[in-house]
Amino acid sequence: MIEISNLRFRYPEGEFALDVPELVVERGERVAVIGPSGSGKTTLLHLVAGIRTPQAGRVVAREVEVSALDEAGRRDFRIRYLGLIFQEFELLEYLTVLDNILLPYRIAPILRLGRDVRERAAALACAVGIGDKLRRYPDRLSHGERQRVAVCRALLTQPDLLLADEPTGNLDPANKGKVLEILLDYAEAHGATLVTVTHDHDLLPSFARVIDFKDFYDLSGGSGEGGER
Amino acid sequence: MRDVLYLAWRYLAYHRLNTLILTGSITLIVFLPAALNVLVGQSARELTARAEATPLLVGAKGSPLELVLSSLYFESDTPALATYALAVRLKETGLALPVPLYVRFQARGHPIVGTTLDYFGFRRLRVAAGRTMAVLGECVLGSAAAEGLDLEPGDSLVSSPESVFDLAGVYPLKMKVAGVLAPSYTADDRAVFVDLKTAWVIEGLVHGHQDLSAPEAASTVLKRTGDTITANASVVQFNEITAENIGSFHFHGDLSDYPVSAVIAIPHDHKSSTILMGRYEGAGEVSQIVGPETVMTELLGTVFTVQGFVVAALALVALATAATAALVFLLSYRLRRREIETMVKIGGARRSIAALLVSEVLVVLVTGVLLAGALTALTSRFGSEVIRGVLTS
Repeated sequence: MIEISNLRFRYPEGEFALDVPELVVERGERVAVIGPSGSGKTTLLHLVAGIRTPQAGRVVAREVEVSALDEAGRRDFRIRYLGLIFQEFELLEYLTVLDNILLPYRIAPILRLGRDVRERAAALACAVGIGDKLRRYPDRLSHGERQRVAVCRALLTQPDLLLADEPTGNLDPANKGKVLEILLDYAEAHGATLVTVTHDHDLLPSFARVIDFKDFYDLSGGSGEGGER
Repeated sequence: MRDVLYLAWRYLAYHRLNTLILTGSITLIVFLPAALNVLVGQSARELTARAEATPLLVGAKGSPLELVLSSLYFESDTPALATYALAVRLKETGLALPVPLYVRFQARGHPIVGTTLDYFGFRRLRVAAGRTMAVLGECVLGSAAAEGLDLEPGDSLVSSPESVFDLAGVYPLKMKVAGVLAPSYTADDRAVFVDLKTAWVIEGLVHGHQDLSAPEAASTVLKRTGDTITANASVVQFNEITAENIGSFHFHGDLSDYPVSAVIAIPHDHKSSTILMGRYEGAGEVSQIVGPETVMTELLGTVFTVQGFVVAALALVALATAATAALVFLLSYRLRRREIETMVKIGGARRSIAALLVSEVLVVLVTGVLLAGALTALTSRFGSEVIRGVLTS
């Protein structure tokens, strides 16, 4: 599902560099990525998603060389095939729960918003326990509920590759378990690949493989300071 | 595009107070100069139409504007008074039809216009109820005056004294309403028309009193010298003209010396008009002749100059508003950077995200302009009636 080879990435404004000689994640695999802050875990997810492009090397996801696509192509690829979940939920305050879930279909012409999509959104919300809060705004939801909305938004396009950046980082233990369960259940049911960045080692037993990111962190050119990359 | 507009709408609806303030500011800043333009234009047309319909005005030397405002709109203070000789002189020239006006008194806040029946023909005023005045002491009401005073033919109307402290001044005259005019949407609608002689009765220049030769008036007589009878102040003066006492009303002195505020001169042709203008140019001439259209054009020129300044000031305010609105949107974009980044991260199309941000601005702008347009259309539709109301009030 993901094949990375000879990848080298450096932020233009810093000394941080990420080198990944080779990384392969199989289809349907559930992988946890761990590592110290600033080691480039988030950067790796961004490179796989095509949010950033490497200076060298290849990033292939779903048999598409993401690093070779132009910007529009990478955006289309993300919205169509990837499910992205962020630690800070990143919900739009002025949209209701339902509209937040439907957001991908409203900002990408390649997706068509129809009745089936709306029904799927409502069904997803019910499945994660927020079916009765579809008309609420995010500021009227708990942290756990907000992350569940973000998860629904990521799952709505029925992606076969889920990239989650510390999805449980801001949640209490009960909600951590609930959100992780939703992601794992979806991956199981749809045969989707799940790559999750996490600092929470309690969650690692739920994953088939754990990648320790310190192996790819290169400080030879400077410091990796400055927080999460 | 529908989805982008939906998102823009949701954003604006969620921040409804900001949206309302921004839209309201844009509406006002577009509406104010537009409405001012419409209203000034309509006022100018209303004022000019009346002035254009009045060829020439003759009156005593003084302020031409005062003469025009008093004679056309029954506004302003009574201009310097002329005498009825002015009308006689005009008639004798054979160049114009004179229509004398005596606009000085009021009845319950409505101007009393002393004139002749020629005025109704000249202004094409139509009687809607009753008839025109036929005898001394009768009046004809403009439509708004009749409505405002709640009077109809057969009722009475008492003229107002000029000053309650002026015991030797004008006494109230109870006038009979002979008719009511159809609306003309001009100053005539607010007026109370009387015959010129009735206006002089109000002033006390023409008066009626009990017959001093009758036995019941004997106690009032101070002295009899031939035909001349001198009476004391207890002689009964009539303050209403009836069929019984109308015969007792009489003039003192020469009619030509009686006052008028102006005479409308209706020249027979353009040549007569030109000749007439020349006749009042001479040195030592105590009268003036003016073309109301010229006077009003000069007045409106001043109004338009003032309007120009106001519009310029509004343009500066509009500029400041636009700059503030731009700043609000720019700050809003900075605050929403993270939201935009999220849309980029999940794969939102660049064009859709840009369209979302632009459409929010456009929705506010277009709504503001449309509201301003609607308000301006309403002003244009009803402004004319309001102006007429102001002009006839």
